[in-house]
Amino acid sequence: MAYADASMPQRRFGETARPDAWWIQPVAVFIGLSIFVVYSTWAAFQGSHYWFGGQGANYISPFYSPEIFGDSPHSWFGPKPGWWPAWLLFSPALLVLWAPAGFRLTCYYYRGAYYKAFWADPPNCAVGEPRQVYLGERSFPLIMQNIHRYFMYLAVVFILILARDAWDAMWFKDLTGVEHFGIGVGTLVLVVNVVLLAGYTFGCHSLRHLIGGFLDAPSRAPVCAKGYSCVSCLNRRHMLWAWMSLFWVGFADVYVRLCAMGIWHDFRIW
Amino acid sequence: MSKQVTFRIWRTDANGGGKFVDYPTEVSEGMVVLDVVHKIQAEQANDLACRWNCKAGKCGSCSAEINGMPKLMCMTRLDQIPLDKPVTIEPMRSFPRLRDLATDVSWNFRVKTKIKKFNPRKPDASDGSWRMAQADVDRVQEFRKCIECFLCQDVCHVLRDHHKHDEFIGPRFLVYTAALEMHPLDTEDRLPELKQACGVGFCNITKCCTKVCPESISITDNAIIPLKERVVDDFFDPLGWLWKKLRPKT
Repeated sequence: MAYADASMPQRRFGETARPDAWWIQPVAVFIGLSIFVVYSTWAAFQGSHYWFGGQGANYISPFYSPEIFGDSPHSWFGPKPGWWPAWLLFSPALLVLWAPAGFRLTCYYYRGAYYKAFWADPPNCAVGEPRQVYLGERSFPLIMQNIHRYFMYLAVVFILILARDAWDAMWFKDLTGVEHFGIGVGTLVLVVNVVLLAGYTFGCHSLRHLIGGFLDAPSRAPVCAKGYSCVSCLNRRHMLWAWMSLFWVGFADVYVRLCAMGIWHDFRIW
Repeated sequence: MSKQVTFRIWRTDANGGGKFVDYPTEVSEGMVVLDVVHKIQAEQANDLACRWNCKAGKCGSCSAEINGMPKLMCMTRLDQIPLDKPVTIEPMRSFPRLRDLATDVSWNFRVKTKIKKFNPRKPDASDGSWRMAQADVDRVQEFRKCIECFLCQDVCHVLRDHHKHDEFIGPRFLVYTAALEMHPLDTEDRLPELKQACGVGFCNITKCCTKVCPESISITDNAIIPLKERVVDDFFDPLGWLWKKLRPKT
């Protein structure tokens, strides 16, 4: 194109005049997301040690909630159904994990982050790219990112379910089977988990738009205006919420798993 | 206290090409990069071309790339950049070079003419005036801070590396469109153009435009993503489309 021909020479992949360590951010994102994807995939396929009921506790891993079919007391419809094909691997996590995974995959923050870290498009601001061809989010497959709001609807439902799980984690059975209010370290882990996930979900760009951003005159809809203001407040730190909640949801699974395996001891605080 | 620093500045040649030339220069406390360029013009390279006007970060004329990042020369203090190695100063890469640090940014003005203009509703009062709530105009006020320095256009990889000037209007004009589209008085519908001719789908949310904006406009979060969401409302969300048809008109 004639317009571009007169510009400065095209930079090669990774070429830049930036003297700072611009590669640290994409490398850190690459490592962080890779660790999470590998661990969560492994954990989802285990199908065991996702519930801890020792010492009267009632902790379920957030990777396995809601448990539609399964063996723990949290299961909605009982154990694995008889009609489940024998050749098809079963794990309660595989039935539900696609929803939060889709929410994060299509999230506006993560999109920008993984386009840089995994696809080098661009590797970082003002750094040369490896490819000439660029289609953006206008054609398949990336045009599918536009379904983000549908994953957001599901994510909001998941927050309610995880909040219920955190509530359940506050009730401990004694030897007679009677439930008493209590707090263990696992309770705190699950409460922090739902708080961080809520901070991330309720700061979503799509929610911000749907709750009031779509209006040109929000003063005519005060409830929408208030909602927009609240979501905007969380949205300003969306990246921080995204990373904190990602780390903590993984840690919550690790905590429940290691308690269930008898490796960690759940300390009762109250 | 002054010290000598080397500035590596892009100089064009008579054939339309160019190369970096080193200018060792005495610098002192409080100087900005534009001061240095003026000093080099005065003492070493009288023919060095650069644009500048206000020297206060408000005219948007002295845009350039300093150590590889798009910045205003007048707002980049020397104590913000490492001086132990040569400091590179080069013209913006998204636009054709004219000479040395000056580029031809006229494409931006042509793009602007293609965006549907402000089209207010009928006046609210008989004297031809309108009534608006302050809260309703607060959101678009942020976009009006833009000084049209075009640093966001320069850093955007869709223009810079992929040269989609014919298909994508760039962050600056998405901000401009957002200011019109979200205005409480405006009645125009720019969403079909945003999707097609303006190419909002080309933006892949790297947030580089937000990072370089000297006016700290949240370009991506407050302008581009809300526009993308409005495009989703109209073209990619059947439930949203239905809701728009059914919801009571305000």
